[in-house]
Amino acid sequence: MSTTTPDVIVIGAGIVGASCAHALAAAGMRVAVVERGGIAAGTTSGGEGNILVSDKEPGPELELALLSARLWRGLAEDLGEASLEYEPKGGVVVARSADTAAALASLATHQRAAGVLVDDLDADGLFGLEPNLARDVSGGAWYPQDAQVQPMLATASLLRRARSNGAEVHAGTAVTAFVRDSGGEMTGVRTDSGAVPKLSAPWVINAAGTWAGEVAALAGTPLPILPRRGFILVTEPLPRVVRHKVYTAEYVANVASSDADLQTSVVIEGTRGGTVLIGASRERVGFDRTMSLEVIRRLAAQAIGLFPFLADVSLLRTYLGFRPYCPDHLPVIGEDPRAPGLIHACGHEGAGIGLAAATAHLLAQHVTGRPADLDLAPFRPDRFADVTAVPA
Amino acid sequence: MTGVGRARFAITFDGEEIPVEEGQTIAAALIASGRRSWRTTRGSGAPRGVFCGIGVCFDCLATVNGRPNVRACLATARPGDAVTMQDGTGHADDAV
Amino acid sequence: MTPSEGRPPFDVAVIGAGPAGLAAAVTAVAGGSQVALVDAASGPGGQYWRHRDDDDGARHHAWPAFLRLRGAVDAASTAGTLTSFAGHQVWHVERTADAFAMHALVDGRGAVIHARSLVLATGAYDRQLPFPGWTLPGVYTAGAAQALLKGNGVRVGSRVVVAGTGPFLLPVATGLAEAGAQVVGVFEAGRPTAFARHPLAVVRNAAKLVEGAGYLRVLRRHGVPYRTRTTVIEALGEARVTGARIASLDPSWRVVPGSERTIECDAVAVGYGFTPQVELPLQLGCEMTLDRDGSLVARVDDAQASTVEGVFAAGEACGVGGAELAVAEGQIAGAAAASSATGRPAGAPRGAHGRRSAGRAFARAMHESFTVPTGWQGWLTPETIVCRCEEVTAGRIDEVIRGLGAADPRAVKLFARPGMGLCQGRVCGYATACLVASGAGRDVTAADLHAIASRPIAQPVPLSVIAGLGGRDPS
Repeated sequence: MSTTTPDVIVIGAGIVGASCAHALAAAGMRVAVVERGGIAAGTTSGGEGNILVSDKEPGPELELALLSARLWRGLAEDLGEASLEYEPKGGVVVARSADTAAALASLATHQRAAGVLVDDLDADGLFGLEPNLARDVSGGAWYPQDAQVQPMLATASLLRRARSNGAEVHAGTAVTAFVRDSGGEMTGVRTDSGAVPKLSAPWVINAAGTWAGEVAALAGTPLPILPRRGFILVTEPLPRVVRHKVYTAEYVANVASSDADLQTSVVIEGTRGGTVLIGASRERVGFDRTMSLEVIRRLAAQAIGLFPFLADVSLLRTYLGFRPYCPDHLPVIGEDPRAPGLIHACGHEGAGIGLAAATAHLLAQHVTGRPADLDLAPFRPDRFADVTAVPA
Repeated sequence: MTGVGRARFAITFDGEEIPVEEGQTIAAALIASGRRSWRTTRGSGAPRGVFCGIGVCFDCLATVNGRPNVRACLATARPGDAVTMQDGTGHADDAV
Repeated sequence: MTPSEGRPPFDVAVIGAGPAGLAAAVTAVAGGSQVALVDAASGPGGQYWRHRDDDDGARHHAWPAFLRLRGAVDAASTAGTLTSFAGHQVWHVERTADAFAMHALVDGRGAVIHARSLVLATGAYDRQLPFPGWTLPGVYTAGAAQALLKGNGVRVGSRVVVAGTGPFLLPVATGLAEAGAQVVGVFEAGRPTAFARHPLAVVRNAAKLVEGAGYLRVLRRHGVPYRTRTTVIEALGEARVTGARIASLDPSWRVVPGSERTIECDAVAVGYGFTPQVELPLQLGCEMTLDRDGSLVARVDDAQASTVEGVFAAGEACGVGGAELAVAEGQIAGAAAASSATGRPAGAPRGAHGRRSAGRAFARAMHESFTVPTGWQGWLTPETIVCRCEEVTAGRIDEVIRGLGAADPRAVKLFARPGMGLCQGRVCGYATACLVASGAGRDVTAADLHAIASRPIAQPVPLSVIAGLGGRDPS
């Protein structure tokens, strides 16, 4: 039972909520986290843990990603790499044709101008970094800033630190209503919990991941957050066989795509646990959790195409997640003018783990009244003209 | 315990001959030869052999004729099978 | 190429060729169906009737029943109404437009079998509780000791300790003793005399009690002590087992102080009941339920139908109860699956329903007499390995429960990796669920077990097999 009134209520104990709780508690704010399920049990548990700058074209999301990559390094130093399974392994992007290689080189040029560290690679350079790579590659690029965390562990570790800084975490507690004063300002939430039926605070952060649209609707501030399903394949444990995060250049095109159909462009990486993760598929099928052998088949075939030794490696399990995306593929970060005091931190699509650190950092600056390191205008919640497309 | 009239043949474990009765699994032949473990774990390097005996636990993994991670408790021994001690994942050849 | 490719779907596919599956297949054939009988082993029988090719059945129970079922399967194969798919490890079952597709591995290659209705008769394996030293070579499940003996003619050791709970320990110990091993003792953690509290189950299943008494007689003849409220709390040895620590237990299975002693042995065989294999019903979306023995099982109706149309379950997959119950359930499921597929009425053999209710009464009495209380958690030290595959210790699990706020088995699995290895939590899942439930001060729920038993890929499958599945590749 809470004895003091929090300064901030965070809805959602996934990576974004945990990062916000951590950043705000570290800044001296009293934080209460409400999570309807378990810690990291929703959107976060379906992710791979990517912290990528390589897959972003120059623009506001890339700036956010660069800031976040830097902040994650600091978090790893502060909390310990092991407690996050933080690996600054770098990313290798592979082009399978001369045309793709040329397009990739052009993207790299623009990214370099925006502050990304990137080296062009010829085929030999690729094999030097990834000796197991298929021989039919044309060229590629090396992105040393790309990194990885184990998303569930990172979430739990951030929350542990937040708790030691005074934050309270109410798991198994769903928000049932928002409370606003006569002027429309957010003053708190009601929950389904007998222990904490009501929480009051001047700030409420919506970090409900793929379900943030539902939470926003409950608050009377609709947002067009939609689920995009992605499968990930997990192999049997292996020695170190893939050194970096390796993906095909087509991935960049798919990340930015608005196509509803199934897209697969393979992303491969090793993990501390020894398994190799194979992503990434993208399809708009609502919250359908049915296993799709067709998606699994395509990812397996593409993975073998990139790393032929994988043909003799066994698939151990698969998992899926729902990436929360907005129609313009930018996240929603900032205070909602329709309900002062309500802050949204959602819509990060497949980049939520990577962008969580910067999202939290910028929102903590907003809440504590400090100048922002980055302009949040491109991410503002009221930028959508039509917000009818809210998931049921 | 020895079956009368069952065909007998040999497999090898790390080059040493192991007698087998027709129909026995590789794990059974290794245990009958006095061996209890033919694998080490990839984490602590601890020795492992049969635990569940019915293909559920994946503890009895062996490298058989060069193929790693064969469940020795399920694999019926065939004449001339070359079984080798498996260290860790069994995929050391792919390591970079 | 497999016998199923390019042919119309079977009416009924039975997965598992143990007592339930054989009975289901034979009954479905009698009901006029084309039947596929799919099993991972090279021959029929399952774990219960595991045997060698020239076995005379002397060491087996209900052997004539097996011979009758096998004879009927052989006759149906000859008549062309049944196709056996031996050596097929099913790794995924999915619903297709008008049937079900079973994806299997055969000798490392892929195969697909289609059928209009399914009988899931996937059986069970020994349930395990971790204890210090249980990863030492020479510690086996009771089922392993049995499989090595019955299937291979090999004894797990020459001085064997048998421990755990449940009636299955008796045939295992008896088999070992008769095969010439010195069984140092049978240590039953529970107190099965509680069974006498179920007189109706006792009366209706007199034959089983006679069977149990027979085992005890054989053990006495071999001088094997049988101790209740006692178990192995530690296996000792460096590279292999050289001894076991035995202790008396109180009713909640806490060690009675001062009761510990060490026994020399070269093998330990342990089992604490059974865990049903339920990944296939879970893949199909069947509704599950928590059985009285703490197992997650498929919910079935009077016709053994699961909650998914066209999917039936029989044997341990819908409740641990032994071979006779499994046969009765298989007969009922086989008939129902045949009617479901062909639209023609098909009946189970006379008496099947009566045998099923008697068997269930007995199973219920067994479950209530051989429960697993929580005191075993006190046998663990922080260094005790809980997840054998990933070598996750009890201390690490405790740390993520207490330090990181893991409140359910899925969270524990994602934070600390128990159940993430090759066996996918089959061995450690039950213990992990118990530990996290105790940590949260509650009982294990069906949801806990569901989270740990859900395996979309039931067996490791080479990526080349996955990549070769039928389908279009746009590239």
